[in-house]
Amino acid sequence: MAETVASLSEERIAYLEGLVSQARTAAAVFTQYTQEDVDRIVKPMVLAGLEQAQYLARLAIEETRLGVVEDKALKNMVATEFVYNYIKDKRTVGAIREFPERGVVEVAEPIGVIFSLTPITNPTSTVLFKCIMAIKTRNAVIFSPHPSAGHCCYEAVRIMYEAAVKHGAPEGVFTCLESQTLQDNAYLMRHKDVGLIDATGGPGMVKAAYSSGKPALGVGPGNTPVYLEKTADLNMAVVDIITSKTFDNGTICASEQTVVIDDEIYDSVLQKFSDLGAHICNEKETELLGRTVIDPKTGYMQPMAVGQKATDIARMVGLSVKPKTKLLIAPIQGVGPEHPLSVEKLFPVLAVYRAKSVNEALTVCVDVNHAGGIGHTAVIFSRNDQIIQKFGEVMNAGRIIVNSPGSIGALGGVYNDMVPTFSFGCGTGGGNSTTDNVNVYNYLNIKRVARRTQAHMWFRVPNQIYFNMNAVENLRHFQSRSTIIITNPAMEQIGHVDTVRRHIPPETHVHVSVIPDAEPEVKVVMQGVEALNFYKADQIIALGGGSVIDAAKIMKLKYESPEADLEELAAPFLDLRKRVIQYPTEKVAQARLIAISTTSGTGSEVTPFAVLTDKEHGRKVTLADYSLSPDVAIVDPQFVMSMPKGLTADTGIDCLTHALEAGVSIFASPYTDSNAMQAIRMVFKFLPIAYEHPQDEEARTMMHNAACIAAIAFSNAAVGVNHALAHAFGARFGVAHGRANALMLPHVIAFNAGVPTKFMPSPNQRGYIAHKKYAMVADLLGLGGQTIDEKVKSLVAATEQLLDRLAIPRSIADLGISKEEFERAMPDLVKIAFDDPSWRSNPRMPLLSELGDLFWSAYRGRSLPTVAKAPQQQIAEEWSCV
Amino acid sequence: MTMNAEWLEIDGERVVQDLQAAREALDSAQNDVVLDFSSVRRIDPSALRAMEKLAGIADEKAVKVVLRGVNVDIYKVLKLVKLTSRFSFLA
Ligand SMILES: NC(=O)c1ccc[n+]([C@@H]2O[C@H](COP(=O)([O-])OP(=O)(O)OC[C@H]3O[C@@H](n4cnc5c(N)ncnc54)[C@H](O)[C@@H]3O)[C@@H](O)[C@H]2O)c1
Ligand SMILES: [Fe+2]
Repeated sequence: MAETVASLSEERIAYLEGLVSQARTAAAVFTQYTQEDVDRIVKPMVLAGLEQAQYLARLAIEETRLGVVEDKALKNMVATEFVYNYIKDKRTVGAIREFPERGVVEVAEPIGVIFSLTPITNPTSTVLFKCIMAIKTRNAVIFSPHPSAGHCCYEAVRIMYEAAVKHGAPEGVFTCLESQTLQDNAYLMRHKDVGLIDATGGPGMVKAAYSSGKPALGVGPGNTPVYLEKTADLNMAVVDIITSKTFDNGTICASEQTVVIDDEIYDSVLQKFSDLGAHICNEKETELLGRTVIDPKTGYMQPMAVGQKATDIARMVGLSVKPKTKLLIAPIQGVGPEHPLSVEKLFPVLAVYRAKSVNEALTVCVDVNHAGGIGHTAVIFSRNDQIIQKFGEVMNAGRIIVNSPGSIGALGGVYNDMVPTFSFGCGTGGGNSTTDNVNVYNYLNIKRVARRTQAHMWFRVPNQIYFNMNAVENLRHFQSRSTIIITNPAMEQIGHVDTVRRHIPPETHVHVSVIPDAEPEVKVVMQGVEALNFYKADQIIALGGGSVIDAAKIMKLKYESPEADLEELAAPFLDLRKRVIQYPTEKVAQARLIAISTTSGTGSEVTPFAVLTDKEHGRKVTLADYSLSPDVAIVDPQFVMSMPKGLTADTGIDCLTHALEAGVSIFASPYTDSNAMQAIRMVFKFLPIAYEHPQDEEARTMMHNAACIAAIAFSNAAVGVNHALAHAFGARFGVAHGRANALMLPHVIAFNAGVPTKFMPSPNQRGYIAHKKYAMVADLLGLGGQTIDEKVKSLVAATEQLLDRLAIPRSIADLGISKEEFERAMPDLVKIAFDDPSWRSNPRMPLLSELGDLFWSAYRGRSLPTVAKAPQQQIAEEWSCV
Repeated sequence: MTMNAEWLEIDGERVVQDLQAAREALDSAQNDVVLDFSSVRRIDPSALRAMEKLAGIADEKAVKVVLRGVNVDIYKVLKLVKLTSRFSFLA
């Protein structure tokens, strides 16, 4: 191809360049036009085309000697009137479609210069159609007609151009090569100013278009199979097939090529064809026909037959047929090179095949479809919806025409509601970029203006939360036949189990299931499920810290939905609302879950999370779903009065971590902020008191409520990277959850307050605000500082001070873990922390290396020297904690 | 740059004629020539041809032609026909 271009003369190149330059200018000027401007031009063009329909049909016949003048005139009318009817109200300039609920507007951008090749078979109708589409979409077109249809196409372009320019189209908007060669086409196809090649025609042209490296709409040949199934309306089918196959002497590439007929109706169908003017060939005639109209060397149809009348073809072949014969029907026994008539025949010769079963019929249709017709058109006549559906599934065709003529059906708008066209996209199977009935949208670059949308948010909490001293009394409201108390040995020893039992209505059968004093494992959960099944429990009371409540949540899940696969439910996800795995909704049993928390930290009594320990792999698995949330939460401080100091400290810091992480989370909302901020204030004020004076009822009450309030915040806003680090570290080194959080906390605040290496996408926030949120916390606590930076520093310092006051070890090294051991664990720690879903809501996306840095900071301890002042008491006092 | 420049207003209704006048002005121009396009809403192919010529003459005479107040639609047309690099623009 490159050589052919090189052989163009300088004059010829100048001529071609002139065409492109004219078109480019017209296209550029066209960009200024409005929708009203183009619509004002299109209508008179359509009228001009209609007026000249017959004239152009005659010209085409004279020049190409193919087809039927009446049909060509009709095609010209379809190409103008039907196409106009479809496009007249379509928006093709500026905003063409709006989706207000999605905040998306589609905006049209013209292509510019289109280089258009038109076929010999539908020369003028294709030109009329493309001109109208081009004006409607503000594009300029350079036409290159088939060499044997140059004159009629030139006339069609002239008629369209004059009408268009008269009504305001830019001069030069259409040009037509008066005579053209392959070299011209090759030159224009590769021209840098040509935006799109629209090639309608033979396979050679389409292939050249696609190989030019330009975007191309190349629509090529077909080989339409027809399945005439026994339930069809046979009279309608036979008339439709004759109408279609003889239309313009069969030149439309969507016309029927092989009709596969069910055995039961085969003879009567052939009789009907014969009655209506078809000649049914005998075996010898079929053989002769195949040999003459199909080139035995190439297997393609002979050009001399294309678009000729049936009687002329009969004469050509030497068949004797009746003078008014419309169609030659040739029975074939298969598809492929041994059956030459099974290929595309753009003339009134139709192959027929007798099929013994539906399966055989469909199989032969697939063969025909694949014998040069992939992606194009297929036709079925049937009243059986299942067979129609199956046909649609197995045919690879852009148009599957049901109970109507293939050629006119595929053109769209006459027999069906498809988009009217003169270019049939054949999809990738046909080497095309589209299966569309090519129309105006294929002549546009459609741009999408997408406005920022706010993610839908939620705020969900269990609908019953009982709090303050003796809230446990509310247990009397809950009727149950069989209740299981899930708890651990400590609760029994302390007497909490008895306290709870006293408040359960006497008629309830109560069984106590004591689970080991450890963070829950699958084995323990499954033992609990056995007990629930054994006692046919309708109520579960979880009495304990986060470990017990989490265990009970998972027991309930497995009890109600035994099929639930915990491993699968713990699958990673990015956004809770879009995740792949769905929690089961079908339940074989049902039990109310009442959570009574005995630590003031996890807030597990209100959260939709449950953490399982996987000892085998040294990791923790987080399950998250609102179906895990307890039905009732009881936040009664009498159960935490017994907490030892270490536990008070660890769980208290877990609560603080929840509130701080929810506060800066990308899912934070005013609903969660109010809870997070309040919880932070309560922790800073009451945790030291509860720690130093365990019997201070007010401090215990406040901390117990703070844990629940913080959990309400993080149930809806989620946590962050602190938890991801703590989960990985805690599981590996057997460090309690709250303590593991504490070791990370000051470092994570400093990390989130810094400028992120990577931002976390967060559509609901305007800019990066984590540092400002921390500064707000500092203000709320009255920590002092003028700038945001100072305030963040005082928050870090105040946190460090709090940890000191609670005598929490201040570094991982302080736990007695050697540097070497920590170093060995580091690759796993980083990997597990990165896989932990907790950080997905963190404002700053942690890089793997940053996770490592954070672990090492926690190993070394103290992030800042203690510089902050003590919290300003009077500001704290102004804020009501109750 | 524009201090000593020669200013010419292009009338939206007579773009081609005014560009013709501008071309003549280039002959005697000592400084930059500023063409004020503020009142031009659209241009057509003949105006584009006139601009192309103008650009050619400006190159020959080494005179800088500055277009002022060109609306973005016209700017895009100039961009598409690759004329933007041949003029300077002033808001
Ligand atoms: N579901 C969630 O939303 C959520 C959130 C954070 C953490 N967690 C998980 O919760 C678990 C930690 O829970 P936790 O911090 O409540 O500790 P915990 O339940 O593991 O209890 C720690 C220890 O304290 C004892 N204890 C509990 N209450 C006591 C009391 N009132 N008096 C004396 N001793 C008492 C327990 O027997 C146990 O030995 C971890 O598995 C963690 O991953 C869950
Ligand atoms: Fe936690």
